[in-house]
Order: sequence, then C-alpha cells, then structure tokens
Amino acid sequence: MKKTSTPVLPARTAPGDGPLLAVDDLHVEFATRQGVVKAVNGVSYSLNPGETLAVLGESGSGKSVTAQAIMGILDMPPARIPRGEIRFRGTDLLRLPEDQRAQVRGQRISMIFQDALSALNPVFTVGWQISEMFRVHRGMSRRDATKKAVELMDRVRIPAARQRVNDYPHQFSGGMRQRIMIAMAIALDPEVLIADEPTTALDVTVQAQIMELLAELQRESNMGLILITHDLGVVADVADKIAVMYGGRIVENALVHDIYRSPAHPYTKGLLDSIPRVDLKGQELYAIKGMPPNLLDMPQGCAFHPRCPYRQDDCVTDAPPLYEVGPTRGSACHYWREVFDDSRR
Amino acid sequence: MSDTIAPSARRRKHGGGTAKPPKAASLWSDAWHDLRRRPLFIGSAVLIAVILVIAVFPGLFTSVDPLNAASCELAKARQPMSGAHFFGTDNLGCDVYARTLYGARNSIVVGLSTTIVTAVVGGLFGLVAGFKGGAVDTLFSRITEIFFAIPSILGALLILAVFRTGNVWTVTLALAVLAWPMTFRIMRAAVITAKSQDYVVAARALGASAPRIMFRHILPNAVAPVIVVSTINLGTFIAAEAGLSFLGVGLRSPDISWGLMISDARERFLEAPAPLLFPALFLSLTVLAFIMLGDAVRDALDPKLR
Repeated sequence: MKKTSTPVLPARTAPGDGPLLAVDDLHVEFATRQGVVKAVNGVSYSLNPGETLAVLGESGSGKSVTAQAIMGILDMPPARIPRGEIRFRGTDLLRLPEDQRAQVRGQRISMIFQDALSALNPVFTVGWQISEMFRVHRGMSRRDATKKAVELMDRVRIPAARQRVNDYPHQFSGGMRQRIMIAMAIALDPEVLIADEPTTALDVTVQAQIMELLAELQRESNMGLILITHDLGVVADVADKIAVMYGGRIVENALVHDIYRSPAHPYTKGLLDSIPRVDLKGQELYAIKGMPPNLLDMPQGCAFHPRCPYRQDDCVTDAPPLYEVGPTRGSACHYWREVFDDSRR
Repeated sequence: MSDTIAPSARRRKHGGGTAKPPKAASLWSDAWHDLRRRPLFIGSAVLIAVILVIAVFPGLFTSVDPLNAASCELAKARQPMSGAHFFGTDNLGCDVYARTLYGARNSIVVGLSTTIVTAVVGGLFGLVAGFKGGAVDTLFSRITEIFFAIPSILGALLILAVFRTGNVWTVTLALAVLAWPMTFRIMRAAVITAKSQDYVVAARALGASAPRIMFRHILPNAVAPVIVVSTINLGTFIAAEAGLSFLGVGLRSPDISWGLMISDARERFLEAPAPLLFPALFLSLTVLAFIMLGDAVRDALDPKLR
C-alpha cells in the first residue's frame, strides 16, 4: 500500500455529499501453499445512511471477505489487498493508519456474525461483554456500563434483561444470543452495521424476528446496513438493493424489486428459479448445474460460463464488464438482454 | 456446551445432588461444582491442607525444635520408635518426627515457588508467542527446544554446581529454568486454538485492542490446561527437590529436607529403617496428593478427556 498523504477520519456529523460507504474496485488475494487465491476480484458497491444493501452469494463468492476487508480484520498476510479503495465518508480506510482504523472498528462500523455462540466469549457473562464496549471505548465505570448493558438488552428485546445480565452465552437460546451480539454491535451507535449471515444458524421463525429487529434498529438510528446472506428469502422484505456475487465479482446489482421481477444475469435467474414454489409442487426442482468455481483456478472469461445456459463462444474468452441495464442496475453478462427478456416473460 | 440444557444435565448425572439451581454457570463455577463431588479431589485436598498446616506451623505438632542443634543427643542415635521419639532418632540422635515435620516447609516452598515461576514465565512467553506467531513464535519455540534437549537432572546438577550453594531459591531457579518450556508449549498451543475462535474475530471487529484481546479474550480461554499441568508439576517439583538434595546438590545441612534426610539415613538403613522410611512416606504422600489434585482439576476443567 502506498502512503502519499495521511488521510484523516471525517467526523460523525460530516456533511457527506457522497455515499456513506463506498467499496471501489476492491481486490483481495490470499497467498496459500497451492498458489494465490483470488477471493475478491474488483468488487464495487456503495451504501447510504438508512439504506440496506444485501450482498448475496454462495460460499466462496467473496462476500464475507469483502466485509472483513471493510472491517480491517483480515489476517495480512496471508491476505493481501493489491488494489481498491474502501471509502468511509470519503476517506479511504485502506490508507488510514492503524490507530485511526481502530477508531472506526466497533464505533463507526460494526459487525455481527453468523454463529453468535462461537462469536461470544464463553468465559464471560453477556452483561460483562456488552458493557465492555462502554468501559473500553467510553471509559465508563463498571456500574454505569452494566446499566447501559441492561438498557441495550431491553432494546434488542431480551426478556427479563435485568435478571439475565449475569448469565453466560451458553445459557441463552440461539436467537437470544444473536440479539446479544447485535446489542454489542450497536452499543456505540455505529454508522454502518455489517451483518454476516446473521440468521443462517437460526430457525425460520427466529430468523424473521431478528430481521425485524435489525430493520427496526436501523430505522431508529438511520445507520447503513450491509446484509450478507445466501438466503434469497431473507433479503426480499428488508433490503433496498441487492448485489449478487459470484466468483469474487459482482455479477448483478439492482434495486430489490427489480431483481425479483426480472433478473438480468443467468446466475441470479438460476437462483430465483431454484426457490421451491407451491404452484410447481410435484415437479422436479430447478438447480444450477455444475460446481462453484475453484478460486485457485478460475475459468477464463466469464467465471459463470461453465454452468451457464446462455453461454456463447465469447463468454469463454472475454470476461464481461458490468453492463448498464438501467439507471440503478447493472449485469455482468454479455447476453443480459436475452436473460432479461426471458425472465420478464 | 452448545446447548442450554447443559447445567441441568450435569446435575442429573451426579445423582440428585443439591436442589439449588446453578446460577452462574461459568467454566470455573461449573468446575468447582463438579470438583466438590469428587472423592479424588476431596481426598487430595484434605491431604494437601494437612501438609500445608504442617509446613506453616510445624511447632503445633511437636515441642522439639530440630533447627536447634541442642535438640540432638549423639548418645541416643538410631533409637527405635518410642513414646518420646515417635519415629525414632537418626544417626546424630535427632528426633525424626520433628525433622520430618519441619522438612515439609522447604518441600512446599520449592514446589510452590517453582510452579509459580514456570507458570508465569512459560505462560507469558507462550501467550505472546502463540498470539504474535511468525518470527516471535519461531524464536521462542527454538529456544524451548534447546531446553528440551537438556536432560533435566544433568541440567539441574550443572546449574546448582555453578551456584555452589544449595538453598531453596537456587533449587527453585534450577528447576524453573528447566521446566518453563513445558508450560510454554501448553500455553502456546492453547492460545493458538483460542486465537482462531470466532469470538476473537468478533472482539476485533468490535474494536478491542490487541492487548485487550490477548489478556481478556484469549488468556481466560487458554489458561485451563496450564493450571492443570502446573498442579501436577507441583508434585514432581517436590520430588525433584528431594532428588537433588539426595544427590547432595540441593538443600544442605543444617537446612532440613526430606531428600537430605533420606540421603543421610541410607547407609544405616538396615539397622535403623525409620529415619529413611518416614521422610520417604511424607514425600510420597505429598507428591501423590498434588498429582491427584491435578488429575481431579483436569477432569473438572475438561470433561471431554474423561
């Protein structure tokens, strides 16, 4: 990373004309014994205050790595960011010195994880862990911090918060644990919250409650929410816009309604077609054929071409750029028009 | 511990137990709850408590002060067990009972201080090496391998020969220098395991600083195996002190040590077995007690090993 001038972190109240958070042409590689794994290959997306961006993709599509790069919690090495910018209120986080970067983590940009049980420290009470945020970052006394912890537990709807503040993580159910994780993440009023598959480990009814809670907290505080998921069902109700990732790239981005109505990328279309539907009961369920790409040995041209029903010869040789489909959407497919027309039929 | 029914399941296994609900089910309170019901733990704890009382207040159990040379009468050497001398007398006519009791203190001091030094030094280096990884880890690991290559008795002999004096502190130092790499390795391995856990990543993402992650999030989750090994080692350090004193490089007269007493009594053993047997018995019981305690603690802290 080159250091030309030392950028300064903008204040919370900075009147931003640009987006709150913008990822621009981000590349992330991992040096492994087998070779260089290109996990993220030029991802760009942006997020405004109060907006929810869903990043959709299967395992290994680079969606979590992108989030970890934003948080600055990638282990470097083996990870490397050869190119790209992550601008938070206009300041490139990647060029920020570590001490200022640390000011961002948890306070300005925060994150929750898939498995809240393993993301909570097993040897401390949940109250201790939530109040730690206030003690460390706000210098509060133990008593005041614990009071704030109870308030937060109330805010994320944990019943009998006052009685449960001294319980340990394993004494809570999965949904309650995720609420505690959320309480920790929103403790310092972050401007951006990244939720990395927050509901994957939970059962369906609890999933809906957690998503509702996140949406509500977002309305109260106007924070930007990045929702990383592989579950199309979770996305539909809460997201404003969607970025679909495949093989470390964004293959399609659009407003949420547009993408459900008429996908413009064969991968997105495949995903939507594989949702079980009541009216097609009894018929064989559609599945995208083939396997996700091997990140050590990415296919030439379009990464999706070995699995793509719309494949033509040039897909094998030329990687498609993100074509503009409309004012607010793009698709990285040479033949997006065909896909688009097919899906509107 | 992946589900919420763990505490009640555990209570059931212990057959009835108390009706009190387990309120704070931390690893430590769980372990304590578990320990109190183990005969192995109760037995070793009682034994250790008795030994500790003897070590701290030997005067409670005997009116003879063996540190005072006037308490020995050469004319009464090698007397058998009697009402006046419970364990008989040794070659110099000193009371074996009083000397055995007074010998406990040095054994306990050497055992405890060596354990503390190895746990702190090995634990701290292990924490840093495991957490930092890379060059720091490599450096520390290679250094410990050098120590592992030294046979411990020879190493201790050499270190004590350099000091020329044998007392509680030089013996502690000699043992600690050779024993810390074991604690280091165990700590390092535990830290590396804990470091990759999600809660450490989560703590980073929520803005915890590196020292905070190291001491608040990793250390409490990695310290259990070190505690277990340290407890077991405490017994072996006591045995090692006796061994070095027996060989003549550990504690020296007029200090009282079980190893020294065994050494002094060995030549006239057939004639007068008591001056050798009683310190040997106390030594064995003490070592056994700490090793049993270590076993019980290990079972309580790591139920998977059972």
